[in-house]
Amino acid sequence: MSKIGVFVCHCGENIAATVDCEKVANTAAKFDGVEFATDYKYMCSDPGQNLIKNAIKEHHLDGVVVASCSPRMHEPTFRKACSEAGLNPFMCEVANIREHCSWVHEKGDATTQKAIDIVRGLVEKVSRDHPLESIHVPITKKALVIGGGIAGIQASLDIANAGHKVILIERDPSIGGHMSQLSETFPTLDCSQCILTPRMVEVAQHPNITLYTYAELEKLEGFIGNFKATIRLKAKSIDEDVCTGCGTCTTKCPTKKIPSEFNQGLGNRTAIYVPFPQAVPNKPVIDKDHCLHYQKGVCGLCEKVCPTHAIHFGQDDSFITEDVGAVVLATGFNVLNTDFFPEYGYGKYKDVITGLQFERLASASGPTSGEIRRPSDGKIPQKIVFIACAGSRDPAKGIPYCSKICCMYTAKHAMLYQHKVHDGESTVFYMDIRAAGKNYEEFVRRAIEEDGVNYVRGRVARVYEKDGKLIVKGVDTLLGAKPVEIEADMVVLATAGVANAGAEELAQKLHVSYDPYHFFAEAHPKLRPVETNTAGIYLAGACQAPKDIPDTVAAASGAAVKVAGLFSQPDLVREPIIAKVNRMPPPVFSTCVGCFMCETACPYNAIEREEIKDRRSGKVIKTIAKVNPGLCQGCGTCVSFCRSKSIDMQGFSNEEMFAEVQALLED
Amino acid sequence: MSETNQEFEPRIVAFVCNWCTYAGADLAGTSRLKYATNVKIVRFPCTGRIDFMLLLKAFEEGADGIIVSGCHPNDCHYTSGNFHARRRWTVFRGLLDFMGIDVRRIHFTWVSAAEGAKWADIVNETVADIRALGPYDEYKSIASNFEKEAAK
Repeated sequence: MSKIGVFVCHCGENIAATVDCEKVANTAAKFDGVEFATDYKYMCSDPGQNLIKNAIKEHHLDGVVVASCSPRMHEPTFRKACSEAGLNPFMCEVANIREHCSWVHEKGDATTQKAIDIVRGLVEKVSRDHPLESIHVPITKKALVIGGGIAGIQASLDIANAGHKVILIERDPSIGGHMSQLSETFPTLDCSQCILTPRMVEVAQHPNITLYTYAELEKLEGFIGNFKATIRLKAKSIDEDVCTGCGTCTTKCPTKKIPSEFNQGLGNRTAIYVPFPQAVPNKPVIDKDHCLHYQKGVCGLCEKVCPTHAIHFGQDDSFITEDVGAVVLATGFNVLNTDFFPEYGYGKYKDVITGLQFERLASASGPTSGEIRRPSDGKIPQKIVFIACAGSRDPAKGIPYCSKICCMYTAKHAMLYQHKVHDGESTVFYMDIRAAGKNYEEFVRRAIEEDGVNYVRGRVARVYEKDGKLIVKGVDTLLGAKPVEIEADMVVLATAGVANAGAEELAQKLHVSYDPYHFFAEAHPKLRPVETNTAGIYLAGACQAPKDIPDTVAAASGAAVKVAGLFSQPDLVREPIIAKVNRMPPPVFSTCVGCFMCETACPYNAIEREEIKDRRSGKVIKTIAKVNPGLCQGCGTCVSFCRSKSIDMQGFSNEEMFAEVQALLED
Repeated sequence: MSETNQEFEPRIVAFVCNWCTYAGADLAGTSRLKYATNVKIVRFPCTGRIDFMLLLKAFEEGADGIIVSGCHPNDCHYTSGNFHARRRWTVFRGLLDFMGIDVRRIHFTWVSAAEGAKWADIVNETVADIRALGPYDEYKSIASNFEKEAAK
């Protein structure tokens, strides 16, 4: 026979005004299994909690029902009080007689009766509760950061500086990402490389960071605190330990006309190459798709000239596995380019370029050493047109969202152009100027007022070539949709930011949800912006949505703090409100028939398979389900799916819930 | 609607999830919205946990009506529990109907943590609907007959 204590709270007048608390306590005292019942003005106060603690000790209570406010409010308070009095905290239930009773009903017998019914339901439930122990899951205090752009760099440095090990993987031969391609950054016009490259070096030299470039995530198994990552190290065809990065191979390589990815096709690179001079690590890789040795079995010049014999043809991709406790996704974004703008002639006219290509033209490390020269003939354009919202905010193009960064970088581009071509004329076609950010609006005003950039509000319908000029046809909506025609030498499209190629595949690999545009989805758009729905996997930067550098860095530091917070605990402590498959020892057995309906229902992949073997022969008798306590979040969907009622939920078991329903309806 | 039905106070059990509807009902309380006393709430982690055998149990124990309510589609705290509940309800409703159980006595709905007013409305509507239907004596008599049969 259980010994249950019932404690009815008046909540000042909040409950007592409409519910006869004394009557509730007196009635509850007569329920089966109730040893002690009382009411008190403020049960959550110190004297109220002491009342509960003393009663537990005095009456040797093995279960407690506190009839008060919502359990969402004070369940932790009362469970803690019980725990302090030596009672298992999960033997305490809170009957909600305030939010669900006293506040929503008028004073009267019906209200008091409802409070009594609610208490009766929970008395029956608590008499079937079992003491539960919190779950402790060990944590591997090492993080995996995927993507070596500014987001991944920032997150890695922050986690590493907090004293934890970091594995940083980057699929390109160098870290740096898009930020390393940029010329100057808004709104301060800092040189992008000048602020980024020191951080790249810091990453490479940090004792807590292991950097793998030219590497991709192959597989991720496990759960928060206990992931196992398999990483593919793509063959670089060089021995990195021996290579000194002298660069002889790249100067001798005869295949020189490969469009450089780093320069967005505006310059060329060789088949053995370092993407850019400031690359980290500053060691070349061989592009197998273009190398004469790999493609035709000839050449091998680099091997002959390498002073340290670092070239290794025939190297294969290798795989490593790393145990990590958390994962930060920092895979970044891309910009729309090829074939997306037939009306603007992209791909048809050499002098219609993307914003990212303009960055390379304006960059001191770019193909023109920072001079604005048009790709077709290398002349300095005297008239330049920038088209904002190229793709963005255009449902017809499948991109209804605003790419956020384009207004600002277009203003910057126009400004840089005016700074470099003093007698040049620049025009920006825009839909709206979205310059929300610290010093952003001022920056745009500066472009217009000080640098004389001509802003035209309206869309461009077409760009076509006529007599060596690019004719830009648009409208000025501020002048009553007056048609505007500009003969330009060069056109720059502020192309939409889109999810990186392969984002969807990666999301599926990691069980992370993503939006219709393949950007990764956060757990809560406002309150959990750097977490994903999968515990232990965090988001940083533009893989979540288009973001500028300050936002990206802020998000990366946010994700790093989440990881550091996770790693600061000795182990993961979780409420034991999880599902469990029944086991009956000895001999170890279960009613589970191994249909694995639970496996199909579980959103967390928490159902594992366990073999029950004959103790003597070792023969497998049957395979049954087993819940991984680290993965289970306690939704209970498997419980109602189970055909043989072999899986049950701690804290919300079938027995408890049936008893509660039955008791609620008793007369 | 007959005179007796007007006086009849239906007994209704609400099976709700902890994260949306339970919180929505809490909000109705903090907003001091008034609704009928007939509905008693049973808290579950998720609508996905709500075994529909519990609904039959509630009818057997004398409930005249039932509310099942959780998070709106795509808002589930556990990503997909409410989808399982919705699908189960679709199948279960067909089965109940086939067996001759009055499916009008089960109200399946979504109430978010921000919809306190919707919760109050749903409670009042359900109470009015069930009151119009009258006591669910048929199920109770079948259940008690079974008990008698079993006792023999």
